[in-house]
Amino acid sequence: MDGAMHTDAKSRAETGTESGPRGPGCSLRHFACEQNLLSRPDGSASFIQGDTSVLVGVYGPAEVKVSKEIFNKATLEVILRPKIGLPGVAEKSREQLIRNTCEAVVLGALHPRTSITVVLQVISDAGSLLACCLNAACMALVDAGVPMRALFCGVTCALDSDGTLVLDPTAKQEKEARAVLTFALDSVERKLLMSTTKGLYSDAELQQCLAAAQAASQHVFRFYRESLQRRYSKS
Amino acid sequence: MLRFINLPQIYFNTCFRTVEPLDYYRRFLKENCRPDGRELGEFRTTTVNIGSISTADGSALVKLGNTTVICGVKAEFAAPPADAPDKGYVVPNVDLPPLCSSRFRSGPPGEEAQVASQFIADVIENSQIIQKEDLCISPGKLAWVLYCDLICLDYDGNILDACTFALLAALKNVQLPEVTINEETALAEVNLKKKNYLNIRTHPVATSFAVFDDTLLIVDPTGEEEHLATGTLTIVMDEEGKLCCLHKPGGSGLTGAKLQDCMSRAVTRHKEVKKLMDEVIKSMKPK
Repeated sequence: MDGAMHTDAKSRAETGTESGPRGPGCSLRHFACEQNLLSRPDGSASFIQGDTSVLVGVYGPAEVKVSKEIFNKATLEVILRPKIGLPGVAEKSREQLIRNTCEAVVLGALHPRTSITVVLQVISDAGSLLACCLNAACMALVDAGVPMRALFCGVTCALDSDGTLVLDPTAKQEKEARAVLTFALDSVERKLLMSTTKGLYSDAELQQCLAAAQAASQHVFRFYRESLQRRYSKS
Repeated sequence: MLRFINLPQIYFNTCFRTVEPLDYYRRFLKENCRPDGRELGEFRTTTVNIGSISTADGSALVKLGNTTVICGVKAEFAAPPADAPDKGYVVPNVDLPPLCSSRFRSGPPGEEAQVASQFIADVIENSQIIQKEDLCISPGKLAWVLYCDLICLDYDGNILDACTFALLAALKNVQLPEVTINEETALAEVNLKKKNYLNIRTHPVATSFAVFDDTLLIVDPTGEEEHLATGTLTIVMDEEGKLCCLHKPGGSGLTGAKLQDCMSRAVTRHKEVKKLMDEVIKSMKPK
């Protein structure tokens, strides 16, 4: 459909206020998604989680350089641009994480010897940046019509010094946390596609965070479904 | 006219391995072993050589099968950062030169080298292997900066495990001279005769896995296995069983139960590596 579709999600694990400080327990911040907002890329999406916002454009399947082409599947490229400064080693590391996550779900075999480029621009960073990037990338790939075997979403958990779990932490909560874990989960069986962690934590805490992330991913996937339904039901 | 040539079996095997590598591997994995004779949970022979570079303040060479990584640590002076005047720096850098594998070209570091450098920096930061406050000489004025250069000499898979081990061994080998600030001249005086070892607080050990066909997990993949795998996973654990890093850059999905199996293998690997390193350090003559 032409034109931007703006969808808001007031999605929570339990009831809680939308704005202002979050209540105790696990709940995600307010999130919103807008698709098809850029005219040049084949697909684009903007994902906002609380105050963190990422804009993604997807070009593909398109022409690929002979040096980079793979004979039996599509070549996926990810470019992540930070809000300020030039991309550095940390961005390269995040690009690899996002690229490998997308490669696991995109059906590259349907478009051999082509390239699919995902360009992410960080608009604002207020915590849970990598998870927001993953969500925005998934929405943009859907908008571009790239065939995928499943959708994926990113969820961040923060563990503070006494072991309390906070989902979708803000920048302040991330800084004060003992450990921050980011997971990418697929929509079919909630399997763990990607994981990157910061800080020290125990094995039991990891399983606890993973279970909480899997529960939270339900809400994100429900939001994807609702926003797409709303977009395509308008004639 | 068709003629059957009686090829020796080994020639047939190498042809098959080149033409259909995935199928070749699957036949071994079905029997729960790998072409090099290892079991699915077995590591390659690990050797470590500490203190081989005399011009560096600390060094270590680690070989995991064919994969060879050398780490050299140099200590220099620097002004502490403005926002943390009582801390020093630890700056790691992983270099994958064209020497180690044909897939790397000379020039600026490629993506794999940058990812490995970021991984090592994260391991140092997360595990608190060195308290940065220990590197401070005079708050706000002078601190040590440890440049850790890891160079891969031979790339045959599982570079992250080798780098982590090499870094740990090299840091255990580092001896820093005592530095005093002269009150009158405000200059640093280095006493090269009195050297102290670094206070290594934890011993992070990395264990890498490769995922095959979305279901099978094998430990310590070689270069060929990494290429055929559908995903990789690296777990960094310290001696208390705490995780410093769970690095899974995409690839096939894993369930929580599979992760649990990986954890237990990581715990046993930690014990093996710690034992090896303690033996090597004990065998070195005290300077």
